[in-house]
Amino acid sequence: MSDTLLKVRDLKIGATVYPPGEKPHDIEIVHGVSFDLERGKVLGLIGESGAGKSTIGLASMAYGRGGVKITGGEVWVNGRDILQSSHGDIRKLRGGEVTYVSQSAAASFNPAKKIMDQVVEAAVEQKKFSRKEAEARARDLFAKLGLPDPDNIGDRYPHQVSGGQLQRCMTALALCPEPDLVVFDEPTTALDVTTQIDVLMAIKEAIADTGVAALYITHDLAVVAQVSDDIMVLRMGNTVEYGTTDQIINSPREDYTKALVSVRSIEHAEKQPTPDPVLSVDGITARYKGLNFDVLHNVNVELHPGQTLAVVGESGSGKSTLARVITGLLPPRDGEITFAGRKLSADLKGRTREDLRELQMIYQMADVAMNPRQTVGTIIGRPLEFYFNMRGSEKRKRIVELLDEIELGEKFIDRYPAELSGGQKQRVCIARSLAAKPKMIICDEVTSALDPLVADGILKLLLDLQKIEDVAYLFITHDLATVKAISDSIAVMYQGRVVRYGSKSEVLSPPFDDYTDLLLSSVPEMHLGWLEEVVAHRKMESAGN
Amino acid sequence: MHPIIKLVSQRLALGLLLLFGASALIFGLTEALPGDAAQAVLGQSATPEALANLREEMGLNRPALTRYFEWLGGILQGDLGQSLTNKLDIADSIGKRLGNTLFLACAAAVVSVPLAIFLGLLAVRFRNRWPDKLISAVTLTTVSIPEFLIGYVVIYFVSVKLGWFSSLAMINESMSFGEKLYAITLPAFVLTLVVLAQMMRMTRAAILNLMQSAYIETAELKGLSNFQVIARHAFPNAISPIVNVVMLNLAYLVVGVVVVEVVFVYPGMGQYLVDSVTKRDVPVVLACGVVFAAVYIGLNMVADIVSILANPRLRHPK
Repeated sequence: MSDTLLKVRDLKIGATVYPPGEKPHDIEIVHGVSFDLERGKVLGLIGESGAGKSTIGLASMAYGRGGVKITGGEVWVNGRDILQSSHGDIRKLRGGEVTYVSQSAAASFNPAKKIMDQVVEAAVEQKKFSRKEAEARARDLFAKLGLPDPDNIGDRYPHQVSGGQLQRCMTALALCPEPDLVVFDEPTTALDVTTQIDVLMAIKEAIADTGVAALYITHDLAVVAQVSDDIMVLRMGNTVEYGTTDQIINSPREDYTKALVSVRSIEHAEKQPTPDPVLSVDGITARYKGLNFDVLHNVNVELHPGQTLAVVGESGSGKSTLARVITGLLPPRDGEITFAGRKLSADLKGRTREDLRELQMIYQMADVAMNPRQTVGTIIGRPLEFYFNMRGSEKRKRIVELLDEIELGEKFIDRYPAELSGGQKQRVCIARSLAAKPKMIICDEVTSALDPLVADGILKLLLDLQKIEDVAYLFITHDLATVKAISDSIAVMYQGRVVRYGSKSEVLSPPFDDYTDLLLSSVPEMHLGWLEEVVAHRKMESAGN
Repeated sequence: MHPIIKLVSQRLALGLLLLFGASALIFGLTEALPGDAAQAVLGQSATPEALANLREEMGLNRPALTRYFEWLGGILQGDLGQSLTNKLDIADSIGKRLGNTLFLACAAAVVSVPLAIFLGLLAVRFRNRWPDKLISAVTLTTVSIPEFLIGYVVIYFVSVKLGWFSSLAMINESMSFGEKLYAITLPAFVLTLVVLAQMMRMTRAAILNLMQSAYIETAELKGLSNFQVIARHAFPNAISPIVNVVMLNLAYLVVGVVVVEVVFVYPGMGQYLVDSVTKRDVPVVLACGVVFAAVYIGLNMVADIVSILANPRLRHPK
């Protein structure tokens, strides 16, 4: 038998779409993709959303999500074409020979069952191990994956462990039945960077220890470069480039791959602070109703006109809470906010229309921040009516101007949000906030739901608009690459406190405090061996302490 | 304190409060009706003097609030008062009747609840294929036809034409359990048809909703069979909505049997209530109302508590 474990030839995948007002019809989403994977090797599938990478990953288990159907080609696993296999053989393949690790372990574990029951289920069901053997194996894997208290963690329910731990439990679930192939579908995307690095290392070591082969699916080239032997770049269901990791990262041939490799190379020269900040946050302490602890502790930051303050931190650090306090949605327990030289009412009800106009907001999820039944023109026109009383042709002229500014143009004026891509939706949200002619915009994770290249476009647009409109941004993000790209000053938040604050060059230059150091060193870098370097560096540091 | 104990005791307290409110409402509404017990006893042609005397005798002249608390105090001690028409103790009469009604309701529930859940699971398993459509069509038809009509149709075919069962579901204490079961077959069957559809459809909807979850995909990718996926991974998470609709239907089985009991001349609460209403026997109507309210609130409280207990986040806090 040859060493080829998975052989995919001319794989075509289709789906039936049901567009409103039209007859349902079939479309093809993967157009003939071929690749080979040897035993014990890792192939990275990389691409933006809609590239078909998850669909291809699931096809290696003969599975189509939703209405997705495999329409052509061959998928050979262990020497048999699984697309021709019987229903019973496919069930033996799934959870036995090929297993799956999904993006969100939190959603992929059944909330009503203990972790152990779920981790061993496939191994027992496929009769690979007895229940007892499988449990022993699972405990072994828990220990190998660096989970705390590996002997007892299986007795807990999914909600009783953290997101990073659950993602490792999911990896244990996939490895427990001793599969030949594991499909990792964005296994670290939902995690904070500092957690991602641990999970990534755990996955990499587990792959090396068990000799299992893997398909590693992600949109983050820097991440896939750390774990895979080969990389296939996909775009809209086609192979763009397929080669060794070294070749793809260091000498990409195709323009699209080059763009992916050089993503986030925006340069932004830092501006100097002015004497009069547009926003100053003084000693804000806040807590949510019903909680008996503060989520913000004595936060002090300033934002200068026409500049960008990046508030960076991991989930739970209080950065979105800070935005809620500034917008008046959550009145603070202590401290005050000065905006454009006047003291802002703590409560939203006490704010004037002028306060509301000058302080706008853009959200992470552009599609839920717009009324799906309103056209782009209505959405952008609303603040023009509300704040400036514009009507008719005057309003339309201004809407078209704004659409030009966000690089969409007049033809978008009658479209509905559902007819826009993710990046276009976010652009409309930007236009809506600009329509109010604000002094400041709070941008809450505005690029985190977008693909890297699209996100890059949005960041460039925001920087250009800042020059034209002289608007200040309070930029909330967990992504340090974004921070580096656009900020003038930075506030690093950790557990409700600002642990580091200053101009971009100050904050990003050593000496670092421990947390900022951890955060900065956890951002994946686009070169081979980065993961090992960081982990080795951390081990040395902890040995030195 | 464990959050479960807190939540459950909150529910219990709320249930009692609700029952108290319901009793006040029932009493208030019967007060608001024209005429009173004295009028009912003496009839339309009674002289005002006679009415006044009887009211004095029955204590109806005192303020409504006083009478309400006397009545409530009596209920708390198990004294539901006396029937106006036959002077019998209401608690005794209701006791037997309620027993009969509960017997009928339980028999219908024992058949209909497992059947509804099984049909719901089956419908999910064969979603949008003929078994699903057949189950939906049949249950929807039976729930759309008024139960008295189903009752009479069943009586016509099964009792009159085939002669398998008696059209009268009379039971008494001298009958054995088996004889009683035989006697209530037809009303229990009709009740089952009435409550089946809602429970089955709710089970189907709750499970279908869960079938979209990522953990169902995980289960499918473990190579489990369809039925294992539904029973092991979807059902435990669907318990809460299912229990809620089951309890609502059980409450309906007790409270809503009035029509079916009358059709089959079954000696239950429904018959008793209808008789008392026609005789304007206000104390009995009041007592029946309170018993029905207690059953309704009690069953819904059970549903709430089961939902709380079924939630792993509450059962196993961090």
